[in-house]
Order: sequence, then structure tokens, then C-alpha cells
Amino acid sequence: MITVTIDGKKIQVEEGTTILKASEKLDIKIPTLCYHPLIEPYAACRVCLVEVNLKGKTELMTSCNTKVQEGMEIQTASPRALQSRRLNVEMLLARAPAAEPVQRLARDLGIEKPRFPIKDPTEKCILCGLCVRACEQVVGACAISFIDRGIERKVMPPFGEPSEACIGCTACAHFCPTGAISYEDKYGRKVIHEELYLGPSTAIRVPIRQAVPMVPFIDEKACIHFKTGNCQLCAKVCERQAINHEMEDEIVEIEVGSIIMATGFKPFDARRIPAYGYGRLPNVITALEFEHLVNASGPTGGKILMTNGQEPKSVGIVHCVGSRDEHYNEYCSRICCMYSLKFAHLIKEKTEADIYDFYIDMRCFGKGYEEFYHRLLEEGTKFIRGRVAEITDLALTKEEEGKLIIRVEDTLLGVVRRVPVDMVILATGIEPSVDHNQIAKIFNISCSQDMFFLERHPKLAPVSSFSDGIFLAGCCQGPKDIPDTVAQAGAAAAEALALADKGVFALEPVTAEINEELCSGCQICVGLCPFNAITYDREKDISIVNDALCKGCGTCVAACPSGAAQQRHFRDKQIMAEIEGILLL
Amino acid sequence: MSKPKVAFYWCASCGGCEEAVVDLAENILKVVEAVDIVFWPVALDFKKKDVEAMPDKSIAVSFINGSVRLSEQEEMVHLLRRKSQLVVAFGSCAHLGGVPGLANFWNKETIFRRAYFTTPSTVNPDGVVPQEKVVIEGKELTLPAFYDTVRALDQVIEVDYYLPGCAPPPKLVMDAVLAILEGKLPPKGSVLSPNKSLCDDCDRNKTKPEKLTIKEFKRPWQVMLDPEKCFLAQGIICMGPATRTGCEERCIKANMPCRGCFGPTDQVYDQGAKFLSALASLIDAKDEKEIEKIVQTIDDPAGTFYRFSLPKSILGRRKMEAIK
Amino acid sequence: MSNGSFEPRLVGFLCNWCSYTGADLAGTARMVYAPNIRIIRVMCSGRVDSQFVLKAFREGADGVLISGCHPGDCHYQEGNYKALRRYKLLVRMLEQLGIEKERCRLAWVSASEGARFQQIVNEFTDQIRRLGPLNFRFDGGSHEQA
Repeated sequence: MITVTIDGKKIQVEEGTTILKASEKLDIKIPTLCYHPLIEPYAACRVCLVEVNLKGKTELMTSCNTKVQEGMEIQTASPRALQSRRLNVEMLLARAPAAEPVQRLARDLGIEKPRFPIKDPTEKCILCGLCVRACEQVVGACAISFIDRGIERKVMPPFGEPSEACIGCTACAHFCPTGAISYEDKYGRKVIHEELYLGPSTAIRVPIRQAVPMVPFIDEKACIHFKTGNCQLCAKVCERQAINHEMEDEIVEIEVGSIIMATGFKPFDARRIPAYGYGRLPNVITALEFEHLVNASGPTGGKILMTNGQEPKSVGIVHCVGSRDEHYNEYCSRICCMYSLKFAHLIKEKTEADIYDFYIDMRCFGKGYEEFYHRLLEEGTKFIRGRVAEITDLALTKEEEGKLIIRVEDTLLGVVRRVPVDMVILATGIEPSVDHNQIAKIFNISCSQDMFFLERHPKLAPVSSFSDGIFLAGCCQGPKDIPDTVAQAGAAAAEALALADKGVFALEPVTAEINEELCSGCQICVGLCPFNAITYDREKDISIVNDALCKGCGTCVAACPSGAAQQRHFRDKQIMAEIEGILLL
Repeated sequence: MSKPKVAFYWCASCGGCEEAVVDLAENILKVVEAVDIVFWPVALDFKKKDVEAMPDKSIAVSFINGSVRLSEQEEMVHLLRRKSQLVVAFGSCAHLGGVPGLANFWNKETIFRRAYFTTPSTVNPDGVVPQEKVVIEGKELTLPAFYDTVRALDQVIEVDYYLPGCAPPPKLVMDAVLAILEGKLPPKGSVLSPNKSLCDDCDRNKTKPEKLTIKEFKRPWQVMLDPEKCFLAQGIICMGPATRTGCEERCIKANMPCRGCFGPTDQVYDQGAKFLSALASLIDAKDEKEIEKIVQTIDDPAGTFYRFSLPKSILGRRKMEAIK
Repeated sequence: MSNGSFEPRLVGFLCNWCSYTGADLAGTARMVYAPNIRIIRVMCSGRVDSQFVLKAFREGADGVLISGCHPGDCHYQEGNYKALRRYKLLVRMLEQLGIEKERCRLAWVSASEGARFQQIVNEFTDQIRRLGPLNFRFDGGSHEQA
């Protein structure tokens, strides 16, 4: 440990600590420009000058890269240090008069105007080289560097051409202390609703805000490390050392006693209804996009904005998009009415907009739902009963110009209406998830007509599938809202727990049996069993059914040429008698 | 005490079963020693009236072979039943209907047409067909009636025991005779042969692959038959798995597949249908067209699966109205 | 068969998981289908032994329906393929026995296809009605004169 005195205060620090870091520990602020804790110090800007007295010798030193020595007496704001700092800042201000941090620093040091000539009043670059060092040390791309010398010196990619080495990570701009480097949005976009959903995000992030477990992941496609092999800044700053770039996806086999299917759903793709203009007309957005938009931690901070960045003056909400429609899905998606009401309420709360709600009929089935609907009615949302025929930007009147026009038959008034609005929210329905069929095949789950997983019995076994030990929860079984999902998931978990708690499993009693006395060991059954439940006993020269493996399909029984195999409860004799019985009359 | 009286009779059969009796070789002498043969038309000169003259139940046992297709046969078996304490259905035809039972794919009319008109060797310019009654020179001549349907013995009279096989092997016959003489008989209605299928005794069973599948059905003349390998594994239809054992694998030993003469085991209702269920399961295809193709490689499935058992099958015959 | 119209008697062998559930769905959805079918539940169409089909015809059925899960959907993985194989061979044998192959039908009905079950039963009933009664007779015990 090394003891130094900074501004009269003694401190013990580890060997190799810089003066800047040591000062930080004492809460003594030394101004910096070209310094960044994650990048090797470079001492380019020289605003961090301090006066150092060591063994009677006094010197001005850059605190960012000077390491402490035993017995150093440091004055961070001695007249000499301040004078030098002031001169340096004055020169920097002359070079980069538009750089805000320099302006601030100059103000702090009492500089009003540099005494030196200003070459370019818009210049921001102070040639601190943070960007160059970031590109090299952090990103590892080495796409930019200093070129020329002296007053001609500047930062550029080689030959001033767009560099192939640049991976577009914008780290240079991120590290630039003065905003000299910026990246601009070529298209001048403000809000693009469609892209909100998958909009710009960092390479390390939590999947969604409601994710469980709430743990960030690294998006390999966006991560600098996976482009250049460098960076790993995240790993450096993570105190818990929880980040490991070497980790790879792996397939883990886990033996379990029961499985709960909670594979969820996918939202209806609104593009499938061309008349609604989704993807073609700006400001026609889906429910999920609106949900993202209105989220306080969303891209607009929860502001409801149109693509031009302005608040809408009127909003239309279209119910039953892709639901209750024989062209798409005949079933009711169950959640859309209520979330549409929620949207209307939020829009009311956050904007002055008029809200039009186009519904077939309101399905407010849950606890407190009907009351909520009444509240919305009182809040002044305009409910129009009728399925929307078309959403168009083709204006017929002056008022309609620049608006989205919703064409609908108002079935209560009995007239076809054109309702001009600024923004349309499509209440998209719920569909089985993308790989639903494959999952069904893997787990041997039947699907109902709407293609959702089929429960064993709608009333008596609503969370069981047809396969023992496989339970269903949530929207994989059919559209449902959160309370219903939670209830069903709880039931499924309880069913699974009940199995685990018992520790034993009741087999179907309908398994096959082979009468040893009658079996000739012909083995025809052996190859037919899909569960490998039948084995041939060479010593006894008979085939034997393993009761634990047998699922009781009876295929072997039908095939047993000598009638030695029988299925419990479905014996030949029983079925023959059944045939006789049903044909008696 | 007098020796037990024994009768032999034949109905619609080839005579092979009579040979089977003779095949007992020197053992037949033991039998003759032990019993009194009171009726055996094929070997000894008895008449129907001799039997009619016997008191009821005076014959200890009647061995009747052949299926029943004529009114005469029906009459005779009824007579023997009345006169006998035990009736044994002797051989496949009496037991199951046998090969003559294949006539149940046809009827009297079509059989007569074939036999008296359309066979290439037939010369019958006058179109003479046997008649049940004919008056010649004022005298009435009669022939037995020819039935549309061939029946197994137990479809005509009550049968006590069955000796299966075409023909029953001598050992089985001897065992049966001894059992009757010694009074060590199994329950009435039993088939006097083990109630397991042929694979139980077949040496080739051990050559069966773990998962038996068939891509194409072949007939014995189409391939060089492996003398040791399971026939089904060679794609040859072998009724062994669906046929009762006890035959001493005479066909298998001659490198011919089992054709099913011993009939089904007790648990099986219909030998042909049961074998069909087993055999079809082995088809190595999932595609409907391919399955169809493989199925087509079986010539005459009904005739093959019911070669010996059509009258005793669930349906018993082809539907009369379907015969043209 | 009163007033001259022929009402076929049909036997249906339905697998527990798909077709029987499908039939059940048709029932709970109050779909009306021909009452001519009499249903026997088996766990899998692979359990259907050809003996059962013959037995049904023997006992007076005019048509037999075997119904299982769609190919690839069998609850027991492959039972329905075995049913298909047997069916293909069985109808050949039935024809040899003088029973039209149309009298035996194999149909795939999933648990969700109540409407399909309804349609199949109605179609099959109509088909058998057109074919007329089977009237299969084999009286092994008495005379049958030509």
C-alpha cells in the first residue's frame, strides 16, 4: 500500500493506482475530457493536470495516467495547476468551440472567450482519441485513426472513405465526450410503429419486460464480441462476473415424471387481411405494437405517437381482427374485447384523442369486466357496433384528407359510415403457436378443430391431455386471458404435483397379456409393439408383455394368430359379445 | 366282456384319412385286437341296414372323416350319431370342412356347370346332369341330394372329439384311440392335439428376425426355399402361427409352408381372419398405395387363409346371392 | 324395413382417442347423424381384428366402419397403419366372400372432427342404403337345397 496526500488529505491506495483514481476515492473531483474508465488513459487533453510534490520536487502531471508513489503530495487545484489547466482548456475551446463539455469546463475555469483564433466555430472534436482507442481497444475493429499531424490532425477512417472494417457498432460515437461523432438516421424517422416491436435494442438485454427468469441474454447477431472477438465490456463491468461469452447453446436431456405444456400462442398476422392496410398504411398498428408503444419503458417513454411524432387526435380500435371470421379463425380469441377497452382507457388517460371502438359485440365475461365497460362508456369512448370493412387513406372529403378512414356498417344505426381517424389499432386475435403441429406430434397431443391442443375432457379433465402425465396450461389449449391462464396453470401444476407426490402412477388397466400356456412364441407381436413392451423369452419360448411399458392399444392382440394375447377389458370374447349384443335388434 | 365296438365312416373326403388308419401299421393289429370293428365301408362289407339293426348307443365310438355335402352323408352321420356313444370328427374335413369346404365359394349350380359342362375334358353333348330322381323304364332311380353348402361334421351332428389334420398323423390317432380305450378323455368337444400354434414346435421359429416384416409375398415356386429359415421371413405365406400344432411338422420338414390343416387354436374364432390380421400387420409399408401393392401380391387370400376351414369360419361360405 | 324403406344396420369400430372422441364431439355439439350406426369402442383401430368385422356381418350388419386417428396422429404411434394394412387385405377377402368392399369402410376421424364423423356416418349410411341389405345367411345346422 502506498500513502499519498491529496489536497491535504492522506489516503492509502494500492500500488499502481493513478492519481485520478486516488482522488476519486477522496471525492476530489479532477476534470477530465479524454479519460474513460474502460479505456487505457492517454493524457491527450491535459485538463486533468495536478501539481505533484515528491521529495521536494514539484511537477505538473496528468492525473489520469500518473501512478501514485509513496509520499506524493498532490494538489489538484493549486494556482499553478489551475493556470495550466485554464490555458489548456482555452486552447481546446479555440480548437473546438462547439464542444459542450469544453464550453462547460471553460465556464467553470472563468474563460469567456479564447484569446486564440477560432478556425471553425462549429468544430467539436478535441482530438482526444477516445474514439480511436475505443474502436481499437474495445471493439477491436480498428476502423478509425488519427491522420496528419499538427493543426491538420483529425480522426478518420483510412483515406476518408467508409471503412470495410467498420461494423457500425457506433461505439466511437458512444465514447466521444464532445459529441463530435454522431450517427444519424438517414431516413429521418421518428416513430415507425411496425419496428417498435423489433426496434433498435442493445446486444445485451432482457427478452421482454415480463420475462421469467428476468435475466439478460446476449444477442449474438448484435454483439460486438461476436463480430470482432473483442469488446466484452459487459463482462468487465459486471461485478458478479456473471457474463460468459464462451457459453454455447446445449441440448440437455432431463428425465421428468410429468410435463406441462405451456407453449402459448402467436398473434394473428394482421397482414392477412389486406383491407385493413396493416403494413401498408402508416399508423395502422397492431395491439401488441400499441402495447409496446404505450409502455412507460417503451421506445417513446409511454407517449402515444403517430409516425410523424405527434399525438393522434382520434384513434380507432378495431375488434375481432382474425377472430370470429370464417375466412380466418372462427373462434373468439376472448382477450381482445378487454384489452381493447384497456387501450381506450389508456388513450383517454394519456391523450385528448377521440376514441372509436368498432366491435361485433362486447364480450366482457370476467370479474369486473362488465363494470369496466360501463366505465369506458361513461368516459366517452364511442362504441360503434359493426365489423370494419376497410381501412383506407383514400379521402373523399376535405375532412378526410390525411386521415385513415374506417369504413363500417353501423348496425345499430343501420348505415354505412366513414370514420376518419389518425391512428388505428387492430385488436389481433390469438392463433396456435408456429410450431404447434410439431409439438403436438412429439408429445402425441391431439388438436381440436381450431388447432389448439385438445384437453382430455372439456369439463372433467380440462388440464389433462390424452397422454398420461402431460398437462396443458394457457393459450396452447385455447385462447384465454391472464386470470384463466393462471388458474389453468395452477391446476396443471397441481396435477403434476399430485403425480409427483404419490410417487406411483396408476396404469391404464387395459394392457395386453399373453397367456403362457397358449403362446407358441411366434413373435409376430414383438415387432408390432410401438412401445417395445413385448419381449421374446428364448428360454421359455414365449413372448412376454411388460405391463409398465404397455399402453394398451391392443394391436398385438388383434395380430396374435393363436389368440394367446388378450387385452384386458377388450378381450376377443367381450368384443364378440358386444357385436352380438348391438346387432340383436 | 365283449370288446368295444368301433365304426369308421367317410363322407366328402379324399380317402386319405382311411389311409391314415392303415398308416397305423402294426399298431392297427393292437387296435383290432382291442376293439370290434362293426362298420367300415371302405374296408369291410357292411350295409346301412346292418347299422340300423344295431341298438342305439351300442357303438362305443364312431370315427367319421370327410365333410357333409350330400343328403346321404347327412343321413348316415345322423344314424351313426344315434348308434354311437362317442363321435370323433376324424381329419380336417370332418373337423373344419377341409378342402371340400372350398366349394362354399360356389353353389350346386355353378359346381355342376363346371363339372358337367365347362371343364375342357368334359364331353356331354346331351347336357346330362345328375338328377335326384329319374324314372327309367318305369322304375324310379334316386341319387343323394347335392347341397349348395359343404358343412363340417359338427354343423350336422353333435361331435364329441376332433382329430385334426389332413390326414391326422398316426401318433395322434393312436393316442386318441388309446385314450378312448383307457377312458382317459379330455373334456367333451376337445380337439385332440395341443392348443398351441405350430411355431411352438417348429425348428425354424428360432430363425425368425426380431422384427418380422414383409415387403412382398411370394409363392413357394417363385423362390429357392431356404430349408432352415422361417417361411414368413422368406416372404412365403405360412399358416403355422395361426394353426394348431401336433402335426409333427410334416410339411415344414418337406420344405413346404404350413397350409393350416390343423385348424385354429381354441381361442380363435376364425382361422382365416385371424391369420389375415396377423399377416397384414407385418406388411412393411405405411403408404396406402404401397400397402395396396403388397397386398396384391397375395393370390386368392380367402382360398389361402381358408384352405381347410371355410365352412367353420365365421361366415362359412361366400354369400349365395353373389355367386354367378 | 317397414313401409319398404331399408334402414341399414351399421357397426362402427372407433378408436378411443380420435374417432370415438370425434363421435362424442358430434354428440355434445348436437350434430345429428344417421342413427343406423352402432358403435363399439376400442382403444385403437389397431385392435380391430378382421374376425370382428366378419362377426359383425355374420350377425346381421349391412356395413362396418372402422375409424381411427389420421395417419401420423395415432395415440399409439402406429396402430392406425396396422388397421390400414389389415383393411386393405380384408376387403379383398370380403369380396371373395361375396361381400362388396363398399360395405366395409376405413375412415380417419380426429378428435376434433365431429362434423366429419357426422358426414362420414351419413354418407356411409346412404351408400349402404343404396347397396341394399346384405342378408348374409349361413345356417350350418340345416339343409340348404339348391
